[in-house]
Amino acid sequence: MSAIQENDMTNTSRLEHCFTALKQQNRPALVSYLTAGDPDAKTSRRLLHELPEAGVDIIELGMPFSDPMADGPAIQKAALRALENGQTQAKTLEMVRQFREQNSTTPIVLMGYYNPIYCYGVERFLTDAAKAGVDGLIVVDLPPEHDEELCQPAAQHGIDFIRLATPTTDAKRLPKVLANASGFIYYVSVAGVTGGSAPTPERLENAVNQLREHTPLPIAVGFGIRTAEQAATIGRFSDAVVVGSALVDCIEHASSGDDAVTRVHGLVKELAESVRGCRY
Amino acid sequence: MNKPLSLPDANGLFGSFGGRFVAETLMPLILELQDEYATAKNDPEFQRQLAYFQGDYVGRPSPLYFAERLSEHFGGASIYLKREELNHTGAHKINNCIGQVLLAKQMGKKRIIAETGAGMHGVATATVAARFGLPCVIYMGATDIERQQPNVFRMKLLGAEVIPVTSGTGTLKDAMNEALRDWVTNVDDTFYIIGTVAGPHPYPAMVRDFQAVIGHETRAQMSEKQGRLPDSLVACIGGGSNAMGLFHPFLNDADVKMIGVEAGGKGVNSGLHAASLNGGTPGVLHGNRTYLLQNEDGQIIDAHSISAGLDYPGIGPEHAWLHEQGRVEYVSATDDEALEAFQICCRQEGIIPALETAHALAEVAKRAPTLPCEHLMVVNLSGRGDKDMMSVAHHLGDKFGVKNV
Ligand SMILES: Cc1ncc(COP(=O)(O)O)c(C=O)c1O
Repeated sequence: MSAIQENDMTNTSRLEHCFTALKQQNRPALVSYLTAGDPDAKTSRRLLHELPEAGVDIIELGMPFSDPMADGPAIQKAALRALENGQTQAKTLEMVRQFREQNSTTPIVLMGYYNPIYCYGVERFLTDAAKAGVDGLIVVDLPPEHDEELCQPAAQHGIDFIRLATPTTDAKRLPKVLANASGFIYYVSVAGVTGGSAPTPERLENAVNQLREHTPLPIAVGFGIRTAEQAATIGRFSDAVVVGSALVDCIEHASSGDDAVTRVHGLVKELAESVRGCRY
Repeated sequence: MNKPLSLPDANGLFGSFGGRFVAETLMPLILELQDEYATAKNDPEFQRQLAYFQGDYVGRPSPLYFAERLSEHFGGASIYLKREELNHTGAHKINNCIGQVLLAKQMGKKRIIAETGAGMHGVATATVAARFGLPCVIYMGATDIERQQPNVFRMKLLGAEVIPVTSGTGTLKDAMNEALRDWVTNVDDTFYIIGTVAGPHPYPAMVRDFQAVIGHETRAQMSEKQGRLPDSLVACIGGGSNAMGLFHPFLNDADVKMIGVEAGGKGVNSGLHAASLNGGTPGVLHGNRTYLLQNEDGQIIDAHSISAGLDYPGIGPEHAWLHEQGRVEYVSATDDEALEAFQICCRQEGIIPALETAHALAEVAKRAPTLPCEHLMVVNLSGRGDKDMMSVAHHLGDKFGVKNV
């Protein structure tokens, strides 16, 4: 089911390949968010490895942090489950490395907060991440004002720095937000934390269209997308839809590791089917 | 050394500390706040209003009191207490709240939120919100709600909604996370009154400036009493606002020694403490880079202190910078040392200090006896201890035949 055929990856990035291929298929990417190590290392590895098969085009993998200020209860709890079960930055990178042994096409974007990266050491982190096969980074608490911390060094390691644009990003600020962006733009659908509810599709479509006037990069929409129906509606006008809390909830409600895998991949399949047909 | 009085720089940095490590959603608002504050700072009308409320509402200036019996008790330095506990609401916290609420009004904000640990900042925020007719939501850790009941009741009486925070350990850092989450969700109408010199720029500088009235008054009062500057300044440190407020106006006076006292909990080597500078490493949390209690993987470790107001795993970024510059000496006092100093202050001066403040007094107990009586030592008596009766009774009640307060 994977959207992308084996490609020669010499010059273009996996993310670019992915979006180009999907454009040809006239459909948006399905982006999944899961926290690395949630609920435990073994289950998390299984969940990750089977995501492309279930229909995910781009994987966001959360690096758990003790103080996730921009996350709602679902992802907060996921981070705690992972940390309680011993997840570390090194283990998260190792998960990516193992994934890459089997899959060389599906882009992986690590998402999280700056402190665990800062403590790991920025240069060391970027070196290890590039080696493991990480394609991009989303770091919630690094606005463009701090680009010299990680965004610029990441570029030197060939890792995209995916920028968040939000409903509060006005015309005056947008150029600054877009300046060093690469990979894609992540439009945060609401001013709020993860796990809330999405605004009306009309408002979202307007926002995405406005963004397009300022950037050639693909635009993903996330925060508050939970159902196949929502994914289809939003996928009509965006280049990617991100589903996070709804998948993480599947893990919380699961009775066992097997059950978590069944539930997550069940929802992913629904979402995947829905984004594949949404523009016809 | 850099010129300390001119920091932070335009990006909110004190050397490598500080900054604006926040989600994009908050950035436009933080930049707006920075501009508004820069304007207010030089606006005579804003300053006039601030002075009016500091005087007639807060009760400033607070006295600089020569603690004769305490000085005699320790048998060394001449100890002066800067009586911030006499302010309206019983601590230094209101100096900052008055400033920020005036700014909130000026910016047309309709709703106030705040985090609180000991509840003193929560009470001060609820107080100014009541005075200015703004609805107010206070985030407070569930653990802290337990140990600071009187303040919870005070906030409710003042019309604030107190939301218990159960994530993490249910203390100050978790309350701050939750307040930040509220803020990103309600950016349009909400003003977040941060209670200490932490958070993203411009908060560390803004809170410091509002608290600097403590140091400015101290300068003038000591000059009047003794015709010179004090020799040393001592203050306790949670996030560091009462300390920054006292220290900042003296930073360029090389002869004035400054000592910040962190909460040593059960001892800095025990792992159960809140001493970010003495037992932590640099990292990024709550919008700024500073010293933090964290493990080697960058996960924040819970702080421990008998005093809820010091129970925070970070410290304001300017303190991190002053620590690295060596301008201020940072030490720690344990729970037991604080309890001991608490009792001495009660018995010698008839002043019941806050448990936070007792940490500063514990350092005085160590230092004053080694100094001559010509040495003028100023201690920031940051708050009164009424709120701590339950905690203290829990620890000392047996001694007084008291079980519950
Ligand atoms: C009386 C008193 N002193 C000190 C503090 C610690 O805060 P800061 O270090 O910001 O002065 C608190 C905090 O609640 C307090 O209530």
